[in-house]
Amino acid sequence: MATVTPALDAHGHSHDHSHGHHEQSFISKYVFSTDHKVIGIQFLITTVLMLMVGGALALAVRWQLAFPWENMPIIGKAFGLFKTEGGQISPEFYTMLFTMHASVMIFLVIIPVLAGAFGNFLIPLQIGADDMAFPILNMLSYWFMWPAMFCFAVSFVVGGATAGPGNGWTSYPVLSDIASASPSSGAPQTWWLLGLTLVGVSSMMGSVNYMTTIINMRAPGMTLFRMPLTIWSMFITAILQAFALPVLTAAGFMLVFDRMSEMLPTDIHSVFFVPANVVVNNAAPTIGGGQPLLWQHLFWFYSHPAVYIMLLPAMGMVSDMLACMCRKPVFGYKPMVYSMAAIAGLGFIVWGHHMFTSGMNPALGMTFMTSTMMIALPSAIKVFNWIGTIWDGNIQFNAVFLNCAAFVALFIVGGLSGIFMAAVPVDIYFHDTYFIVAHFHYVLFGATLFGVFAGIQFWFPKMFGREMSDGVQKAHFVLTFIGMNGTFFPMHLLGIAGMPRRYADPYLHGYLEHLLPMNQFMTISAILMGCAQFLLLGNFFYSMFYGKKTTRNPWNANGLEWSAPSPPGHGNFDVPPVCYRGPYEYSSPEAEALGQDFILQTTAPPAGVVRVAHGH
Amino acid sequence: MKKFWALFFWFWPIVALWVCFAAPGRNWWFPSPPKSTLGHQIDGLFYLILIIVALTFVGTEAALGYVMWRGATKDASSKAWFSHGSHKLEIIWTIVPAFVLVFISLTQLDVLADIRVLSKFPDEAKKGALAEVTARQFEWRIRYPKPGTMLMTDPQPGDLYFVNELHVPAAVPTMVNLRTQDVQHAFFAPKLRVKQDAVPGLVIPLWFEIEEAGEYELLCAELCGWGHYKMKARIVADSPKGVSDYLTRLEAEQNEDGVAEAPAGEESAEE
Ligand code: HEM
Ligand SMILES: [Cu+2]
Ligand SMILES: [Cu+2]
Repeated sequence: MATVTPALDAHGHSHDHSHGHHEQSFISKYVFSTDHKVIGIQFLITTVLMLMVGGALALAVRWQLAFPWENMPIIGKAFGLFKTEGGQISPEFYTMLFTMHASVMIFLVIIPVLAGAFGNFLIPLQIGADDMAFPILNMLSYWFMWPAMFCFAVSFVVGGATAGPGNGWTSYPVLSDIASASPSSGAPQTWWLLGLTLVGVSSMMGSVNYMTTIINMRAPGMTLFRMPLTIWSMFITAILQAFALPVLTAAGFMLVFDRMSEMLPTDIHSVFFVPANVVVNNAAPTIGGGQPLLWQHLFWFYSHPAVYIMLLPAMGMVSDMLACMCRKPVFGYKPMVYSMAAIAGLGFIVWGHHMFTSGMNPALGMTFMTSTMMIALPSAIKVFNWIGTIWDGNIQFNAVFLNCAAFVALFIVGGLSGIFMAAVPVDIYFHDTYFIVAHFHYVLFGATLFGVFAGIQFWFPKMFGREMSDGVQKAHFVLTFIGMNGTFFPMHLLGIAGMPRRYADPYLHGYLEHLLPMNQFMTISAILMGCAQFLLLGNFFYSMFYGKKTTRNPWNANGLEWSAPSPPGHGNFDVPPVCYRGPYEYSSPEAEALGQDFILQTTAPPAGVVRVAHGH
Repeated sequence: MKKFWALFFWFWPIVALWVCFAAPGRNWWFPSPPKSTLGHQIDGLFYLILIIVALTFVGTEAALGYVMWRGATKDASSKAWFSHGSHKLEIIWTIVPAFVLVFISLTQLDVLADIRVLSKFPDEAKKGALAEVTARQFEWRIRYPKPGTMLMTDPQPGDLYFVNELHVPAAVPTMVNLRTQDVQHAFFAPKLRVKQDAVPGLVIPLWFEIEEAGEYELLCAELCGWGHYKMKARIVADSPKGVSDYLTRLEAEQNEDGVAEAPAGEESAEE
């Protein structure tokens, strides 16, 4: 621990020096800033706005499922976009809607809000560093989101207003490989792939930075097992990202090369994913001997770890917040760390569970089933430990706590539905039905987003020096919770009823006709939930300027970040922090001796006591 | 208000459970009881997992509500329990779920083998594929061998073709070869609990035994383009005699050259 101290001090010092003397321009302070806090907030605002874009796309999907082929309200007429369809959603537009909904939510909201926004903001503050290891790389990781968003935006329109990328966020070849395969398989697909690659570049720059920062820049005394679980989760996520992402990037380029022969008069005729003699839309048969399953293996080798990239940081943050709101230590800190590591490790050997019906060798199916079942174990351990954390705590029933409790409650549902799908024979029935859609919305919306809602409110004072209104957050919580369950719980039943996902009109099939009223109920719930997000947005932007002014440590929490000013200035800490204990010593005897129920990690033990009695 | 929140977290799982209990009665459940032999096994496994999962759901959500209730009814001035956890509990709640999960995995293996492992296919199915089902945007093309011959991988001159309707014998294990002409599709017969992707470049055998004669939906379960939702077809299960009659009729229709023969009329040939 102590070995890094001199380097850190020297660095921190020189930093203060060079910036102390000249005023920064607006541009370098707020736009092309290298300050991790500004970058984190830039990520946060961008992703919150993208959440609304993704939400709007989802509502359009829900509109079609509840009122198939009826004119879309508002936008159907407004832009004259859909003249030919008379304001209806056309089937190809529908494929674009769910593809872009997923792409926006996964690549522009969930991944960047966790790693980009919270990772950036919290890592240096919680480990007591003055900034990231590579501030310029960090700035670039944010600014690479813009070309990515630009490419996604272009992909919406290059194919004509109603045919954007429409091959699903999974983009399985041959559909995504041959331009003539569908209206969306031409230029929109290429732009989509470019956008995806750029998001990957951004994430990779982030992960390298996070790993280096966490390994090298911890404050004196911040041993690995004194790190808050948020930091552990960010660290493990960064490792996952760094090892899994190259595979997706490679696969993406292979797909681009396959498509080159279609799109450009080049000599690149790679056929990685296209077998011979495929005749798509009466085009000439393909030559070569590629393998479409190869894409699925490569894609899921990334995208299964990616679903944990979309969850682990929220798990870490929720652990921090629950301990604080219950005024007691996290139950089983080390099991929490080990189970996150286990999830990450196992996460690399379960990808085949997305391919149980793909025709791969059944022996592989058995192996992937067993590893998938095993990954439910660390998830279960975490749930038990969260409940243990709340057990006999002094619960502060504010919206932060409620959102965290919702995280646990809803993650249970998502984890349990995973077990059905891990069981191959049962998954054969459920694969590509709404049961899967229910599952991943419980984990991604139910767990991750509720964790994010809590995190926004919890760290808001540190970001802006002001507090968000707890009352508004509670209203937002109730409406979102009800809307979320009303929208997604019935999806389990739709899945059991055999309703396939990605259908523009399921009711064409007689055995699904009677599910229309249920779908209408779900759409109404979704609209309610969508409207509720304006409470969050309003509260967020209003409180940024007019919220109640706050102090350094409004929640009486323990982390190093709470010893810095709110908001911290450039370089973060006015007093270089030294860490004396673990992050969760709420209600410890030591704290009581000070007459409070928390004790900052930086609070020095009374003179004479060299080592705290309890240590992790 | 604190108690309200604790109750809130107790209340919604009750609603969720109620919805699940009410679902079968309201037709929010399987489209029908399984109509194939494998379907019974799959549903059996589903209900086994459902029981385990439902108990876990009740247990964990009740525990969550309970710890919140304790927190809500606690005297605010009393102090929180200072504890870093319990070794014993960690061990219990690692080992018990581990056993349950391994148990669930083991129960799946036999059925999985029955469904997918070629050497475990029933003998009747192994004799040869009844038909080849070729998916294409956005329809199912069925190819039967000329009656009395075997299905060959490559189309043969006497083969019979039909679109979006597959006739198979009921109560006989039947194998079909699944392939696609263009992009990836998936053969999904919800009432039979059968699903298999049709992958470009592969010919995938799949088997099922439909228990009773009747018509069963066949649809596409893998996104294959804008018309994915309308790959609507049906599987007609009939007596073996009915199937061979159908094939004979199909053959006659296909060979019909439009030249009327003596008094055959519009009734298709009997032989
Ligand atoms: C308890 C542990 C979990 C198990 C056993 C599990 C199992 C599965 C399985 C077997 C599938 C594939 C189903 C199919 O397509 O037929 C699946 C899909 C999925 N899971 Fe999980 N899962 C678990 C946790 C999670 C978590 C924590 C997340 C995200 C944070 C997640 C996100 C997803 C997503 C996004 C998909 C669908 C991908 C797609 O097809 O578009 N899962 N899960
Ligand atoms: Cu997965
Ligand atoms: Cu299809």
